[in-house]
Amino acid sequence: MEAIEVYHISKRFGSVQALDSVSFTVRPGELFGLIGPDGAGKTTLFRLLTTLLTPDSGSAKVDGYDIVRDYLAIRSHVGYMPGRFSLYPDLTVEENLDFFAALFGVTVEESYDLVAPVYKQIEPFRKRRAGKLSGGMKQKLALSCALIHRPHVLFLDEPTTGVDAVSRSEFWDMLAGLKQRGITILVSTPYMDEASRCDRIALCNEGRILGIDTPEDIVHRFEERLYAIRADQMFPLLAQARQVEGVMECYPFGETHHLVADSRFDVGNFVQQLSGLDGLTIRPVEPTIEDVFIKWMKR
Amino acid sequence: MNDVVISVHDLTKRFGTFTAVNRICFDVFRGEIFGFLGANGAGKTTAMRMLCGLSYPSSGHGTVAGFDVRTEGEQIKRHIGYMSQRFSLYNDLTVWENMNLFAGIYGLSKRETEARSLRLLDRLDFSAEKGTLVGSLPLGWKQKLSFAIATIHRPEVVFLDEPTGGVDPVTRRQFWEMIYEAADHGTTIFVTTHYMDEAEYCSRVSIMVDGEIRALDTPTRLKEQFAAQSMDEVFRLLARGAKRGE
Repeated sequence: MEAIEVYHISKRFGSVQALDSVSFTVRPGELFGLIGPDGAGKTTLFRLLTTLLTPDSGSAKVDGYDIVRDYLAIRSHVGYMPGRFSLYPDLTVEENLDFFAALFGVTVEESYDLVAPVYKQIEPFRKRRAGKLSGGMKQKLALSCALIHRPHVLFLDEPTTGVDAVSRSEFWDMLAGLKQRGITILVSTPYMDEASRCDRIALCNEGRILGIDTPEDIVHRFEERLYAIRADQMFPLLAQARQVEGVMECYPFGETHHLVADSRFDVGNFVQQLSGLDGLTIRPVEPTIEDVFIKWMKR
Repeated sequence: MNDVVISVHDLTKRFGTFTAVNRICFDVFRGEIFGFLGANGAGKTTAMRMLCGLSYPSSGHGTVAGFDVRTEGEQIKRHIGYMSQRFSLYNDLTVWENMNLFAGIYGLSKRETEARSLRLLDRLDFSAEKGTLVGSLPLGWKQKLSFAIATIHRPEVVFLDEPTGGVDPVTRRQFWEMIYEAADHGTTIFVTTHYMDEAEYCSRVSIMVDGEIRALDTPTRLKEQFAAQSMDEVFRLLARGAKRGE
């Protein structure tokens, strides 16, 4: 049995097709990432799988239960951390955790071993009101509350958005720890650089899944030749590079521009044509997940 | 010197006994894209508020676009542009109304407002959306429009606060192309962000930890200096030792 099975799920809000026939499966114990920008449909998908919405068409199962028929069973078997901080700001850290334990009919003591690696980091602040915590600490409390009833499947909607790079990295370390305990995790993020922390990823955009693969293999789906180019003047470089024969695309990519080339492209010819630009360099590079995303978005 | 657009010396902000920003020093040059990074609570926002004329420094000096941050805050506000990821435009006004509103706030004449708004619409390829409510535009369009409006009064320097969070990779690159174009035309860009891949687009980057600037150089040289593969790694090496959170 798969941990999550989604078959041709669609959901529309007025004129907005939030999800358009989305299908994928997540294996038990897998850390599966949904990678995509705002408007990709990530939150809608989470709300469907946690039974807070029903689909217009299609079906899905979580932990073997149907999301429409068996919604009550699903609620006690999944943990959900919504994108927006949803704990009680006026309750203390400890009170929030006790409250969520009580809702699910468990005690903090019986789940402590599972929650501890996360909760211990905020336990020194257990008397502080949740509303007074820093962003990174709120996130750890929310994760603790989502784990208190020992869920089989964990849904985390953009847990690292707005959090600094150090806290983000620590958060992914915690997820790796939970995975070791056999929990299946579906996590969404708009940030491509977090994809490498997942077992498999789905790139999504505007209600569709563009492709699914492991972070290592997904970059092999980019077959064109790719170069990184630089010059002292980066803006004129963009416009001039796009004029050269064999250049399919040229776009800013951090310190360099990435240039996608077809078989007509010749490096010698390129350097000669752009000889008016100071500091010009060109070197072949391996594609990143972001290059794959751009290619699929334009397909 | 004419080419220094932002100049900061020993700029400090204390709240009671807490020193939020501790004697920071740096210069930003005309046409530069300057990345201003730091962990949550490092003091970035406080520093930026002083540079925008919104907060009075406890000690030290600073000038922005030739105006003193201690005595000429009002002048600074008129001569800079500011774009934040959130709340930058009015959702229930149209594209045209937003342009007119901000041009008016920056004190452009009616004729200038009209001419510049038309030119912006044309450049953004937005002419058909002139009467569209901003709230109904896709996120990527809103971001591009926000940037265009933040520069409608042709400021010498634009402050961007996490400009491309949550935007798709294609739109994000169109956005950076707009920034490169503005910088190429001599506008100075000051960007804050948590996202280190965004830092890679900057000419130079500073990293704040516990109220102090701990590193400042081009992304290439910072990566060499810290023997790191990416700016993310550089940042984590510096910020891991941070003593304070938010």
